[in-house]
Amino acid sequence: MNVLIHNGRLVDPASGLDTVGDLFVADGRIVGVGRGPADFKPAQTIDAAGLVVMPGIVDLAARLGEPGGEHKNKLQAELKAAVAGGVTTLCAMPDTKPALDEPGLVQMIKQRADALGLTKVLPLGALTRGLEGNELTEFAKLREAGCVAFSQADAPLADNRVLFRAMQYAATYDITLRLRPQDVRLASGGVAHDGQVATRLGLPAIPAVAETVAISTIVILMKDSGARIHLERVSTREGLEMIAAARAYGLKLSCDVSINHVHLADIDIGYFDSNMRLSPPLRSLSDRDAIQQGLVDGTIAAICSDHTPVGNDDKLLPFGEAKPGATGLELLLPLVLGWAEQKHVPLPQALARITSEPAALLGLEAGQLKVGAPADLCLFDPNQHWRVTPETLRSSGKHTPFVGMELRGRVRHTLVDGRIAYTAEPSAA
Amino acid sequence: MYNPQLNSHGELIHLLSTEGLPARILRQILDKAAGYVAAGEAGEKKHTDLAGKSVFNLFFENSTRTRTTFEIAQKRLSADVHSLNIQASSTAKGETLLDTIHNLEAMGADMFVVRHAESGAPFLIAKHVRPGVAVVNAGDGRHAHPTQALLDMYTIRHFKGDFQNLRVAIVGDILHSRVARSQIHALTTLGCPELRVIGPKTLLPRDVEQLGVRVFHDLKEGLRDVDVVIALRLQNERMNGALLPSANEFNQFYGLSREKLALAAPGAIVMHPGPMNRGVEIDSAVADGPQSVILDQVTFGIAVRMAVMSTLSEARA
Repeated sequence: MNVLIHNGRLVDPASGLDTVGDLFVADGRIVGVGRGPADFKPAQTIDAAGLVVMPGIVDLAARLGEPGGEHKNKLQAELKAAVAGGVTTLCAMPDTKPALDEPGLVQMIKQRADALGLTKVLPLGALTRGLEGNELTEFAKLREAGCVAFSQADAPLADNRVLFRAMQYAATYDITLRLRPQDVRLASGGVAHDGQVATRLGLPAIPAVAETVAISTIVILMKDSGARIHLERVSTREGLEMIAAARAYGLKLSCDVSINHVHLADIDIGYFDSNMRLSPPLRSLSDRDAIQQGLVDGTIAAICSDHTPVGNDDKLLPFGEAKPGATGLELLLPLVLGWAEQKHVPLPQALARITSEPAALLGLEAGQLKVGAPADLCLFDPNQHWRVTPETLRSSGKHTPFVGMELRGRVRHTLVDGRIAYTAEPSAA
Repeated sequence: MYNPQLNSHGELIHLLSTEGLPARILRQILDKAAGYVAAGEAGEKKHTDLAGKSVFNLFFENSTRTRTTFEIAQKRLSADVHSLNIQASSTAKGETLLDTIHNLEAMGADMFVVRHAESGAPFLIAKHVRPGVAVVNAGDGRHAHPTQALLDMYTIRHFKGDFQNLRVAIVGDILHSRVARSQIHALTTLGCPELRVIGPKTLLPRDVEQLGVRVFHDLKEGLRDVDVVIALRLQNERMNGALLPSANEFNQFYGLSREKLALAAPGAIVMHPGPMNRGVEIDSAVADGPQSVILDQVTFGIAVRMAVMSTLSEARA
């Protein structure tokens, strides 16, 4: 179907384009930016006046609740949330029940997601069987089944031997490993960043060295194995400094951060607000500032939602007993816009962190407004204000540090492969 | 900053932490406690401040003494007292903390006295109870034990007059101590000019200086010229996590002995929140010696808890 997106503000982070114009879509792909093919006849026209037209968001980490939540139809609920948030591609974390450690499970989740025709789902394979940290999964077969990378999520590996072998084996196939840098013993029992706030609140602490020790081990093993590593959810200033140094050395190392850590620090825990219970923990203000700097200087490639729906029974608990995680798919875009505004980051540069950069890491054609690219698009109203409440979120996850806050920027249309996968209800406009 | 312990009139509606409470409220509680002590000495033990009120003692974590002193205090105030030892059993049955609270509210609870192993649990409860229902923190995780700190303040004031010219040292396992945190906030609020914490680096939380204390690693140096010495209980399990090599070594370097106490100011008092590990953080010669006020703390604890609960019952809706 031919779609004309008329008179929008076209923002392409990859090329730096930021101009008002038309976008032409045919057969699921972009066929014209600014100017369309001579014989183009739109079957549908979307009036994009006042809207920003950007590539659909590529989210490197979200939890969709399946396998494990089929009886509640969780996948559909979360993917509806994803398109409502302008996310057109996402990586599904492997810490499901059971873990994504077999090709059959991976195919099933892909088929179920594809059948919904909403956001494209790229599964991350479990790095070890059952995420137990001991035996490697079948990387090559799982990749054929659709896994784009392998991750332990928050589960630890048994020891450095498993980590080293996993790197060597992954390097054989040029497979990327995604690692959450956290020394499990140093972090053991901790629920908050080891700093002034945890001291005051008497919360068992996770020291920054739990992250930096893990990064140093990974870097040393990378040098020897030649593996391609992506570090998930980096949270400390020292960790980012080590990553920048390793990248300067020439290692194939990239990293992401969660949107929560771009905005928040441990002081936001206030009086034990369990919505602030996250993994990794919210770090100090200095760490948060380093994250914002790393996003500008390019040390950090991508911002992800780290979307983790957590129910009331797991969240309305004392801080240390509450399950870590927050809903995020519908908040990623407005929170990135908020960061860009606060820190005076040009819009294309800010949006690159959720489009072209993560797409490049995944080797996707998506994430850019370019003739020939898939017509995965997000059209949002940059001036619409809305309040984050359980009712305004489509996700089954209602808990977020940002509940009650007023955010700016709301998605109006999301296109996946040229199909309109989401349109905001007029009442929401 | 919003303070969940005070209402819009600045009155105490929950006692969750000594942090953030104005000196005015701390002094009001201490003065009220003095009234109960005086009345008790005059033979008037029974009061009617909580007559007709249902008070639930919810101990999710074991305690004998704190629970007993709360019960005595409640009975002296004529409250209807209900004590539940909940431990982990109800959560194991699938009932959440808030389910338990809402059920007891439905039974007409007016006040909850809560002890919980998780830091912050009483804040969660206070946030979800009906207006007019008061929550008293009887110890949460490593976070706070405000009634203990208040009875310690009472004891210090009783023996030392006021806080304006005092040097106070807290010795031992600060990291895991809710008592120490509450004492630090209460002492700094009441104007104590010099507050020291003394312990090995493994038992001091990060950035503890920012709470307004001076840090010492050498007990002898830290005890010099102090007017009040507070020893903290050292749990045996601290030896497991590589925090300490042995109780014996701890005793040698951080245990209160008569010789070390001699470095403190003449007439210094020795306090301990109990229960004591004799021969570990405190020697018997000190615990039972002339400078010890440890049993006075226990006695004052009842009056102070009466004062806390009575104060809470007076807050306007």
